[in-house]
Amino acid sequence: MSKFKKKRGKAMPTISTASLPDIIFMLLFFFMVVTVLRQSELQLKVVTPEATELTKLDDKQLVNYIYIGKPTPKYVDIYGTAPQIQLNDKISKINEIPFFLLDHKKDIPEKKHGLITTSLRVDGEITMGIVTDVKTELRKAGQLRVNYSAKTRQRDL
Amino acid sequence: MADIAFLLLIFFLTTTEIVEEKGLLVKLPPWEDNRTEILHPPKRNVFSVLVNDNDELLVRGERIDLADLRARTKTFITNPEQLSTLPQNPRRAIISLKNDRGTSYATYLGVYNELQAAYNELWDEAAQERFGVPYSEELPIEQRRAIRSDIPLVLSEAEPTDITID
Repeated sequence: MSKFKKKRGKAMPTISTASLPDIIFMLLFFFMVVTVLRQSELQLKVVTPEATELTKLDDKQLVNYIYIGKPTPKYVDIYGTAPQIQLNDKISKINEIPFFLLDHKKDIPEKKHGLITTSLRVDGEITMGIVTDVKTELRKAGQLRVNYSAKTRQRDL
Repeated sequence: MADIAFLLLIFFLTTTEIVEEKGLLVKLPPWEDNRTEILHPPKRNVFSVLVNDNDELLVRGERIDLADLRARTKTFITNPEQLSTLPQNPRRAIISLKNDRGTSYATYLGVYNELQAAYNELWDEAAQERFGVPYSEELPIEQRRAIRSDIPLVLSEAEPTDITID
């Protein structure tokens, strides 16, 4: 004469999927906030070196990117294996840098021109020759704020 | 509903990338067409760092490892034993960096990073000593200026050598 009834079905109750869209939307918004739209396809292999004394680049509007590296296997036929410079979405010559800087500058209010930073994303295996040439070109163009892009180094030297 | 959200999610995952927006911030010297006269500061004030095309370091005429560079730089700047071969005070210290066109970028950045790290550590120590807080962006600008005028970072980069020419 027990007062406790036996549970009828042994089957598990189905999980409600009503909240699934909310979860997925949350994920979606998270990704939308933390990522940047890919501006251009990278035609070079760029693995930045590691460093410890890093500063963060805040305003992405004020940053322009110069990539230096060797072409990826897909582009070796066109550009060869020597290190190349990529501005926006195409491989360029060093003398195109001033125009590239001006082109980026024209969308930025004048009072913020002093804060424009050039992010140099250079492959660690590249030799300094081409990097020096780019630096010289930047100096000639008056673009002096430069950020050497690097990853955080965890281990000791 | 969830299907649509999934579709959007996957679209964003494939079209975006998480970029590490971090790096060493440096200020390049302005370009001058006519070279100004070359200054020769006293030898004791100059910390010369040469990097060759084999990524080897020569610091003040001595071969050292990259791992020792930070400590060396700090000793040079502070001159704890007041040696006559090191600068009288940190204000006079000049770091001179010269590399070859064949130096690898990773080594160059490693060296630059160590030199910057030496200064960052010294600024940190000075801030701890004077204001009891670490040196950071949160520190008022006057206090940061005070520290940086006592231990200024003077880094001069020479035109790289080119081994292929000689």
